[in-house]
Amino acid sequence: MRWLNRTFLISGALAGVLAVTLAAGLRQGLLALLGIGFGAVLQGARFGFTTGWRDFIERRDPQGLWAQMLLMVLAAAFTLPLIAGSGGELVGAVAPLTISLVLGAFLFGAAMQLADGCGSGTLYKAGGGSPLSFVVLPTFAFGSFLGASHQPAWIEAGGLPAVDLLALGWPTALAITVAGCGLVAWLAGRAARTAQGAAAQTGPQGVAQQLVRAGTASFVAAAPAPAAGTRFARRWWLGALLLAVLYLVHLVIAGQPWGIVYGMGVWGAKAVTALGWDLSADAFWGVAPHAQRLLDPILADVTSVTNIGLIYGAIAASRWNGAADFSLPSGKRLIAAAIAGLVMGYSARMAFGCNVGAYLGGIASASVHGWVWFALAFAGSIVGVRIRRRVDA
Amino acid sequence: MDNKKIFRVGFALFWLIALALLALDTATSNSVRVEPPPIALGSGQAASGGHCSGR
Repeated sequence: MRWLNRTFLISGALAGVLAVTLAAGLRQGLLALLGIGFGAVLQGARFGFTTGWRDFIERRDPQGLWAQMLLMVLAAAFTLPLIAGSGGELVGAVAPLTISLVLGAFLFGAAMQLADGCGSGTLYKAGGGSPLSFVVLPTFAFGSFLGASHQPAWIEAGGLPAVDLLALGWPTALAITVAGCGLVAWLAGRAARTAQGAAAQTGPQGVAQQLVRAGTASFVAAAPAPAAGTRFARRWWLGALLLAVLYLVHLVIAGQPWGIVYGMGVWGAKAVTALGWDLSADAFWGVAPHAQRLLDPILADVTSVTNIGLIYGAIAASRWNGAADFSLPSGKRLIAAAIAGLVMGYSARMAFGCNVGAYLGGIASASVHGWVWFALAFAGSIVGVRIRRRVDA
Repeated sequence: MDNKKIFRVGFALFWLIALALLALDTATSNSVRVEPPPIALGSGQAASGGHCSGR
């Protein structure tokens, strides 16, 4: 009966894409199809930004970071020449270096460890049937709506203007991006080898040495990395390659990089409007072009339609071989995740995006805000992993 | 019914309700809008979608 299940899943995808095309146009239909691809790859490769960081913080397993850096390099190599030569038809994810970026990225990094998923992670895990992400999704959407509403006030708090390295020419911008990603990947590999070397030494001296070395890299002591941890598993590099191709096609079709959080904010804003909340005087949702997007159908919004496709793609990939299994977390864990979802949604708007819109989109667009987001969100994740351990205990 | 079955039923119900709300939103929202060209590259138009980076 597996073929029947797969035929049903494929038919559902095609019917969904057709329905979106009829309701909102061919571009939106194509974006829905791309979203399905994103969801299937994320779920199929279990390509988690949150998990990749946590694996490194806790076990000095560098594979997730390597895969993310490979994704950034490929995405930048594919898209920077196109953006530079498009005459404004294609734009990158470029944002200012504000105080809100620093605070928001740190909070997001901490919260995503508690929620067990970032922007894309929450969507694909919710589609895949994870009870934790299922609880996070609505609070994330409400937080994103609220964060967007307050974003103009946060920007007024001050900061520096955007730094777009593409102004130096795309070859220079790409070279700087490749060098930055290469440095992160090298440091991650070096930390993994150091942790393995210390683990090989027995006795109190070896343990003390490992703790000292681990402490210089983060504030969470590393467990010994598995010997296979430094081999680059296929699911990671294949996932990075496929996501980079999808990222390129998304840019060509939509004219802008892949994003997650804006769409979730639109869902939250639509929901509160339906419940009677008047947003006509809102500093963000009450002004153009956002006010118009609340009048248009959700299916006309770029990030909403890829998000919806992503969820379906994850549903299909998780059930490709039959019903997906899962475990139910404790009530305490679910409440913590719901609160973390609210913080994540809000802070993502302070920081001009999540792991996709700011981290991947920012770095691949050669915008310095992407690197600032990465540094602060990673620091936040170190704190988040510690809090997560206490909640799980 | 055990907890896993309850969650599975809730999961299916949630997505069915979400689908219904999406259909309702599509039916009741502003139906008059300028549809963008299928592919942005080569369209001669500036990108106009909403994005988390601030647009």
